[in-house]
Amino acid sequence: MEISQSEFLHLYYFLKLTRALEERVTTLYRQGRIVGGAYTSHGMEAISVGYASALQADDIIAPFHRDMGAFLVRGITPGEVLAQYLGKRTGPTKGKDGNVHMGDLKRGIIAFVSHLADNLPVATGVALAFKLRGESRIVAANTGDGGTSRGDFHEALNFASVRRLPVVFFCNNNQYAYSTPLHHQMAIKDVVERAKAYAIPGEIVDGNDVASVYLTAQRAFQRARNGGGPTFIECKTMRMHGHSEHDSAKYVPRELLEEWKKKDPILKAERRLKELGYAGQPEFQEIHMRVEKEIESALEFAEQSPLPEGPEALEGVFAANPVEVLI
Amino acid sequence: MTTSAITHEVTYLEAISQALDEEMSQDERVFLMGEDIGPYGGAFRVTEGFQDKYGEWRVLDTPLAESGIVGAAIGAAIMGMRPVVEMQFADFISCAFDQITEMAAKNHYRWGAEVPLVIRAPFGGGTHGGPFHSVCPEAWFFHTPGLKLVAPSTAYDAKGLLKAAIRDHNPVIYFEHKFLYRRVKEMLPAEDYIVPIGEADIKRTGSEISVITYGAMVHVALEAAEALDQEGIDMEVVDLRTLSPLDTDTVKDSVRKTGKVIILHEDTKTGGIGGEIAAILAEECFNALDAPIMRIAAPDIPVPYSPPLEDFFLPKAHDVITAARQLAAY
Repeated sequence: MEISQSEFLHLYYFLKLTRALEERVTTLYRQGRIVGGAYTSHGMEAISVGYASALQADDIIAPFHRDMGAFLVRGITPGEVLAQYLGKRTGPTKGKDGNVHMGDLKRGIIAFVSHLADNLPVATGVALAFKLRGESRIVAANTGDGGTSRGDFHEALNFASVRRLPVVFFCNNNQYAYSTPLHHQMAIKDVVERAKAYAIPGEIVDGNDVASVYLTAQRAFQRARNGGGPTFIECKTMRMHGHSEHDSAKYVPRELLEEWKKKDPILKAERRLKELGYAGQPEFQEIHMRVEKEIESALEFAEQSPLPEGPEALEGVFAANPVEVLI
Repeated sequence: MTTSAITHEVTYLEAISQALDEEMSQDERVFLMGEDIGPYGGAFRVTEGFQDKYGEWRVLDTPLAESGIVGAAIGAAIMGMRPVVEMQFADFISCAFDQITEMAAKNHYRWGAEVPLVIRAPFGGGTHGGPFHSVCPEAWFFHTPGLKLVAPSTAYDAKGLLKAAIRDHNPVIYFEHKFLYRRVKEMLPAEDYIVPIGEADIKRTGSEISVITYGAMVHVALEAAEALDQEGIDMEVVDLRTLSPLDTDTVKDSVRKTGKVIILHEDTKTGGIGGEIAAILAEECFNALDAPIMRIAAPDIPVPYSPPLEDFFLPKAHDVITAARQLAAY
């Protein structure tokens, strides 16, 4: 399977948008303008951009905190993201939650909670709803290498496989869960080995190669849509910064980071785009300028947005009226 | 209660089955998930025959994985389904704690997505189930904003509250008392009805002492009230029915009328729901109180197995009678 020029340029644009947005998040954090934590996906953007781009409009994602690209691909705007980080009323959670903890059913996004792997059983339930209603929609769920140690990961994979649910599980294996390296997280070499226990087909993909992630995801999604059940896709990558912005990540060997710098997903995509004759420096520059401009106006939107009033904290604990659901 | 066109009495357990059956037949979004609920019909046979009627997928047997089951039910609920999860015993709800308190309870508050989920939790002692088949875990969830909790004491309330829970747009934990399954029964209306969530019920009107209680303890309170009636002490029994959100108006009205109150629950005393009710009454009804607020609850120990030990653990009518006599003397 080959990737078309328009597909690849779409992927490249979102890689650049994700990178630029999260770099701005880092800057805002260092300036003390983000009051809470900041969790970015620097160096790992190809995973979330790749899988989210392979979905159809009415599919659902259950992402985790290294998935900014997936939020953007699904239509969350950079302005909304920055508003969320700044605690503004115009963010997807209206100031109720911070950073990447956001969701929107209209855009097919289940909001993430900090408890890693909690999103995976929920994703199986989304898939179960599709199966019960005879719909051909699917759900893509992602977690980190650390998240695969939790019981919820195993309960979700087992249930999905037993009932052949239309869900595709991704693992962003960035080799560190906070400060814990992979070899203290699990005794196996590849996370994908976990899938074997549940009779789920597994694949390993270069998580820094956006076209590979995209094409591998596409195949797995097709299989799930056709009733073939779940797939587990391990995306090998490297976390190029701390767990969050406050963490200097001194525990990561410098040589490892140097090595992975050369495998940066944006550089990789640019090399491949040139090889395929799809784009060159002028196009890269044009997209770069476009993205920079978008981030500027996003920040303007976020900064001009109002903060919520204190008593708004009391609103919304319980549902009052039905919300629009993609049924 | 409305008089019934049906000619036989319905047990508490049958009332639960009827509620599930009726809601499933009139709303195809409603489906059941749980361990051994399919061909086996559930550990207590609540869903006996359901799979024949509704098929394998709407009466879905799951792996033994409470967190996974509740998480999946949350996902289906977010997508517009109306799952009803059966915990085989309420005790096992601890395995699903995280999905309930972090995912289900906070979803709507954070991003506006509704979770119309019901978790049925067979709870309570008196059946020699020991430390892992007897607990009353409601206080854990009582302290969690975003959850609704109900605990019926009669067949009428069991049916009406379950139907209301299934139709609610929020996560509801439905605490069904195992001891009552086959011990209480009554005629039920033939027509569709619900018992609204958030409304307590006066199970016995009285003028001198209010007993605030729920679940199986309602029957203990009623037994005590009958005995006290012989002594000329007129006790009112308030059945909370819904634990969250609490119907504080009904509780306060009763206490303002009687001026004396006993709070009775089967759960252990420290950190139980009774402490919160006592605090509300102290804050808001202090001037109406003619005597100290009294609490009767199980001692702060796991639920023991051996009959004399479990018998010692569970609050009894004589505990209520003793407390009522003390209050009457004020």
